[in-house]
Amino acid sequence: MVLVLALGDLHIPHRAADLPSKFKSMLVPGKIQHILCTGNLCIKEIHDYLKSLCPDLHVSRGEYDEDARYSETKTLTIGQFKLGLCHGHQVVPWGDLDSLAMLQRQLDVDILVTGHTHQFKAYKHEGGVVINPGSATGAYSSITYDVNPSFVLMDIDGLRVVVYVYELIDGEVKVDKIDFKKTAPTQSAP
Amino acid sequence: MLPDAGSEDEEKWLAEGIASLQHNAFYMHRALDSNNLRDALKYSAQMLSELRTSRLSPHKYYELYMRAFDELRKLEMFFKEETKRGCSVIDLYELVQHAGNILPRLYLLCTVGSVCIQSKETPAKEILKDLVEMCRGVQHPVRGLFLRSYLSQISRDKLPDIGSEYEGDGDSFIDAVEFVLQNFTEMNKLWVRMQHQGPVREKEKRDKERSELRDLVGKNLHVLSQIDGVDLDIYKDTVLPRVLEQVVNCKDELAQHYLMDCIIQVFPDEYHLQTLETLLGACPQLQPTVDIMTVLSQLMDRLSNYATSSTEILPEFLQVEAFAKLSNAIGKVIDSQPEMPIVGAITLYVSLLKFTLRVHPDRLDYVDQGACVKKLSGKPKIEDNKATKQIVALLSAPVEKYNDIDTALKLSNYPRIMDHLDNATKKIMAVVIIQSIMKNNTYISTADKVEALFELIKGLIKDMDEIQDEELDEEDFKEEQNSVARLIHMLYNDYPEEMLEIIQTVRKHILLGGPKRLAFTVPPLIFSALKLVRRLQVHEGDEVGEDVSATPKKIFQILNQIIEALSTIPSSELSLRLYLQCAEAANDCELEPVAYEFFTQAFILYEEEVADSKAQVTAIHLIIGTLQRMTVFGVENRDTLTHKATGYSAKLLKKPDQCRAIYACSHLFWVENQDGIKDGERVLLCLKRAIRIANAAQQMANVTRGSSGPVTLFVEILNKYLYFFEKGNPQITSSAIQGLIELIMNEMQSDNSPSDPSADAFFSSTMRYIQFQKQKGGAMGEKYEPIKV
Repeated sequence: MVLVLALGDLHIPHRAADLPSKFKSMLVPGKIQHILCTGNLCIKEIHDYLKSLCPDLHVSRGEYDEDARYSETKTLTIGQFKLGLCHGHQVVPWGDLDSLAMLQRQLDVDILVTGHTHQFKAYKHEGGVVINPGSATGAYSSITYDVNPSFVLMDIDGLRVVVYVYELIDGEVKVDKIDFKKTAPTQSAP
Repeated sequence: MLPDAGSEDEEKWLAEGIASLQHNAFYMHRALDSNNLRDALKYSAQMLSELRTSRLSPHKYYELYMRAFDELRKLEMFFKEETKRGCSVIDLYELVQHAGNILPRLYLLCTVGSVCIQSKETPAKEILKDLVEMCRGVQHPVRGLFLRSYLSQISRDKLPDIGSEYEGDGDSFIDAVEFVLQNFTEMNKLWVRMQHQGPVREKEKRDKERSELRDLVGKNLHVLSQIDGVDLDIYKDTVLPRVLEQVVNCKDELAQHYLMDCIIQVFPDEYHLQTLETLLGACPQLQPTVDIMTVLSQLMDRLSNYATSSTEILPEFLQVEAFAKLSNAIGKVIDSQPEMPIVGAITLYVSLLKFTLRVHPDRLDYVDQGACVKKLSGKPKIEDNKATKQIVALLSAPVEKYNDIDTALKLSNYPRIMDHLDNATKKIMAVVIIQSIMKNNTYISTADKVEALFELIKGLIKDMDEIQDEELDEEDFKEEQNSVARLIHMLYNDYPEEMLEIIQTVRKHILLGGPKRLAFTVPPLIFSALKLVRRLQVHEGDEVGEDVSATPKKIFQILNQIIEALSTIPSSELSLRLYLQCAEAANDCELEPVAYEFFTQAFILYEEEVADSKAQVTAIHLIIGTLQRMTVFGVENRDTLTHKATGYSAKLLKKPDQCRAIYACSHLFWVENQDGIKDGERVLLCLKRAIRIANAAQQMANVTRGSSGPVTLFVEILNKYLYFFEKGNPQITSSAIQGLIELIMNEMQSDNSPSDPSADAFFSSTMRYIQFQKQKGGAMGEKYEPIKV
């Protein structure tokens, strides 16, 4: 069992002062094995904060990130799953499922994590999963109105992944659970 | 007195003294054992003669005294038994007076006196009076102090206090008070006189010795505080005035400081509160060199602790007007001591402020008055480190107390004190304030308060006059500015008109920040304003009065100006992103000209300022992505903008970037859920153009590297074909897709194409997808039917 935290679009300090304190108290060091951050952190303090939660931090570059070390896309393998990470502003039309599916095929991943729209989404697509963890700070977005702060925890266990969505609605944290099963191991060649 | 006595000599003298003392004590014991009173007195007198030495320092003298003291205890026990055996205590009292030397005589007299009081044959008051008078006979300071200390020691448990067995028969606690006061006065005189003994050059040493003896004097005050009869009235009418009289009249710095401190420590806070005027009245009369600020700080600290110990006590503070008295006293002390260092004055105010915050947290006017350091006015910036620390304490106290900067912002003297700080400290203070706001999640909700806040934190907001910014650490600066940026999100009001005022106020201040700061401070302000726009947009259906100024249009004007300021720093990439954000917000408000203006600005920046090829790629995708979402534009405006965007795409430096940007542009001509924009032909043109560029890229790779480039671009384009094919674009045909698939397969099989596992994987997953769609059946399956894989 491996816990993977996926979050992004914090936009600190451009659009938000900080992470919600309720989230901060939930996110404690030592529980999470990997962090996937879709980008737009935007400052070093936040990078350091995430790093303090879990040293295995993967970040893709958002359009407001100045840190040139972040790459546009990133792939990694956790257990039986191949995961892809991309902020998503490069994928026009923004947030469009069919276009994201193309990126998923391009990266050849089982789970694609993207951001940019600030709207939480998780759905099955052609045997894979496309996840948008939303904005962890509930930052303003020109795409989504009334953004609730949200992040995603993925519990990867064998061929099964359980996606927990944490959403802060009117000061209360609501949790949703979505279950995915992988049918067959990834084939990198036909 | 031998002035140059080394410590070795002193050790020797002490040893000799102890030896002689023990020798006589030995014979005294023998005499006691054989009930020989006369011999006992003789040897005890000889033993006590050792205390007549002048050669020992007070410290060593004390050692000798303690040994004599122990022996005297035994003698006292003997006297007690003597009286039981029928010896008259009065006779004893007479008998000991035959000792030859005054010092041994008085020690013996005190010892018998103690027995005498216990026997109750004579009233305690008479004996005590007699003893305290007779002790005047010894005027040598050290010897006198120890003698009187002995008197105080043996009489402590025999004072005619209320409820004591020695009370009554005309003896009252008043006599006890009188006795202790007199002993105290005499002891203090001796103590003060001590400094005049010996050469001037040893003054420092003597001061040290004196302070070692101070507790002998202070003990009397402690005894006074233990007398049950000393209630508030007696304290107020007798004890305090008499003690203070002695304190003031002795005109000695060391004694005054110590005794004031002592008074505050030993007597109950309740008494202090009720005699505040008398106590404080003495302060300006003290010697100018007395460290009165520590004394007063201590008093205020004690009083504030007392005030918070119970709710019933607070009204008393109000009743006696404690604040006014303290504040008044501080003013007087500062005026009467013009030499007092600035740090002293500030420390006093810090204590007064802390007192106020604990005792009168609701009285903001008190706090403000407390913070009003008149002393500071006309003084230049403070460079004294200690003073600076105290000012920081002075300024931090209300922030911490109220946990809410909101209240502190109402203090009008607050920023005036800040002005006296050097720039570095001002910044520290500003950071403290910001942290307080963030920690407590305090929203600053009016433009006035925002104005006051910016006044307080201006050390972070703009460059200060002095040129020292060169030394500034880059990281520190970033951190500071980021904290300001975070702060901007805490400036908020639900009411749009007020919010607009806040935005205007913030704008005014941050635009003064200079080029280095704008990149940090502008974005949060922009998004704060965009949030306001969105709120107004939601309420669009509502009645909008004539006089309403908070309209999206108005806000967009402000936004335009702010971003323009940012773009001139220059910070073109950030400005471009912000223009695009505004364009989209204007789109949502259906303000076509405004949106068009923002796009124009973004394009100008792109053309003139964004030079880095990587930055161009990101910028172009943001432009395309935003433009794709715009619904407000009429055909003409839209054409102009899409034409421009496509043009930029084709001019990117690297072929693959060109290719990707161009196929992204295809989405500008095909927008779902909107009538009008389903221009299949232009979509196809884009995709064909992308293929041409991909071919060119391929050829270029052939020439320069001798092998063809990766086929990834073609697979990407194939996916775009599939996308529009599925969306029902009639221009995208299954045969075109078939052609593309074959082209890719040929490329992959050709010998000179390098193996690229990721491209292979991409292609196979694309082929799997086609397969998947074919097998889906229904309309989609039918559509995919002609495509062979």
